[in-house]
Amino acid sequence: MTTRYSFGGDEHIFVECDEEMSLEAFFKGLSITNALKAAQIKGVTEICPANASFQVRFDPDVIAPDDMMRELKALEAAAQSAPSTLETRIIEVPVFYNDPWTHETGQRFRERHQDPTSTDIEYTARINGLDGIDGFIKAHSGAPWFVSMVGFVAGLPFLYQMTDRSRQIQSPKYLRPRTDTPRLTVGHGGCFACIYSVRGAGGYQMFGITPMPIYDPHQTTPYLRDFMCLFKPGDIVKWKPIDRAEYDHTVAEVDAGRWMPRIAPVTFSLAEFQADIDGTNARVMEALNGH
Amino acid sequence: MAINVIKPGLSTTVQDLGRPGYYHIGIPTSGGMDMLSLAAANLAVGNPAGAAVLEAVFMGPELEFTADAVVAVTGADLPPKVDGVEQAGWESFPVKKGQVLSFAFLKAGARAYIAVSGGIDVPVVLGSRSTYTLGALGGFEGRKLQAGDVLPVGQGAGKAGRSVPAALRRMPGGPAELRMLPGLYWHRITEAAGKGFFEDTWKVAPEADRIGYRFKAGRPLEFEPREQPFGAGSDPSNIVDACYPYGSVQVPGGTEPIVLHRDAVSGGGYFMLGTVVSADMDLIGQLQPHTPTRFVKVSMEQALQARHDRKAVLDGIAAALA
Repeated sequence: MTTRYSFGGDEHIFVECDEEMSLEAFFKGLSITNALKAAQIKGVTEICPANASFQVRFDPDVIAPDDMMRELKALEAAAQSAPSTLETRIIEVPVFYNDPWTHETGQRFRERHQDPTSTDIEYTARINGLDGIDGFIKAHSGAPWFVSMVGFVAGLPFLYQMTDRSRQIQSPKYLRPRTDTPRLTVGHGGCFACIYSVRGAGGYQMFGITPMPIYDPHQTTPYLRDFMCLFKPGDIVKWKPIDRAEYDHTVAEVDAGRWMPRIAPVTFSLAEFQADIDGTNARVMEALNGH
Repeated sequence: MAINVIKPGLSTTVQDLGRPGYYHIGIPTSGGMDMLSLAAANLAVGNPAGAAVLEAVFMGPELEFTADAVVAVTGADLPPKVDGVEQAGWESFPVKKGQVLSFAFLKAGARAYIAVSGGIDVPVVLGSRSTYTLGALGGFEGRKLQAGDVLPVGQGAGKAGRSVPAALRRMPGGPAELRMLPGLYWHRITEAAGKGFFEDTWKVAPEADRIGYRFKAGRPLEFEPREQPFGAGSDPSNIVDACYPYGSVQVPGGTEPIVLHRDAVSGGGYFMLGTVVSADMDLIGQLQPHTPTRFVKVSMEQALQARHDRKAVLDGIAAALA
């Protein structure tokens, strides 16, 4: 895992922790960005962790680019000894898989897809060797997912499944991006899942939709009153498959301001996960289910 | 006082100097595309440089004033009119209670900045009044203006007849050169492709907005062969989704470069060639579709010099209008 540094113009430093995605690369970025926050270097204006990389925005009138680069490289060495343990939370996200709205949108942009005769979920099930839509839902909602980046648009989480690489679902992005994606679509590109926080353009495969808002600029949604975006890097997500009746019921409850997501605190240790994936996931699920 | 929006223009939004600090959760800085013109308009009407103004794209709005005010219009050459009488750009002029501010057709540039003494007084959201349309955040109800909107205006004490010195005005138009610092994923393309990228004359594509400016008409880029890293996706232009710097130049599929601007998507899975220097971001906001554009390779030293020169212009405007 080689760290690569590059200036992004005169205001950014881009740091690639690794070319490929892994939780190890994410934690390396997280420990450096945490050390950078703690260092409170004058002139640093934004710290943006991403999946296997991160970005720092700085004011070159306050700190010279070469000095900023030196500070960051020094932090990398110091951050290597940081323990990869995270006090975080697990959030259950209900998903209505294979729903009519993302299906309709997928059909409208079919000529931009790798397989125009299929649906996104059928196509992804097939290329991953999963047993149809049911097999796909089982794999997708089985092991929990780790929020490894928030961005693209306001509050959109990128999620990485907490399983070994051979069991991860991979799917290409659309050949050409769509100009429309329903709000709260559960999408997928490369090895990453996402939840589209707002309606708009998108290139990820569309598998379903959640009734649970994750971004509310008005902050009237009860669980978004403290801040308008729900997710932050390090959150853990468990998808819960729901049917049309439960979807409709949840939407009504959300609209009435009565619905709350299930969220529980949990400790995540990268070392524990590396030693025993299934055991770690079972313990994470126990935290959610209150055992 | 207030402003009644009679006609909204094509896409008129409230903007100030932006909302830094939330890019890590996907909320971009927003703010005026041409910050220098935005600041100049404010200073001409006696506002702080970062007061909220209206940014009008290609076509001006029609606005009725409910009280006396002082107004200045900078940026694009979009001549302002008060009750039909044309006013000078880059200079403050009075608008009386009941008068209507409208605009002639666009002559050059893309975005005009309309500052009103006292500033547009919409609520501050996350530290800024700027509109982030995609996230329905800030500005006037999180969106571009519509007919019938009533814009609140703060208390101001501007004077008419204050003019930005001609030598300090940025007059848009003509072919553009954008200075770019290569980097980020530059190594993904071949040496010949890198050379061609700077040689070619690109043209601003119709898909050019506050999120990003797309360019076409250059040669497609050839990639260095590699086995795609796990998680990146199969196209050679794909990377493991990463953060995008403001001004970064991504080239999906190696064909049409996109320069991300103030309402940037904060990250994604396309490789980037480098980053347009901060000093040239204002200029991008004034480019019309089809404008011939070349990317010019610069060093960090040149980027910092450009930044210094831009700041000197801004300081000069502030001194002249103090």
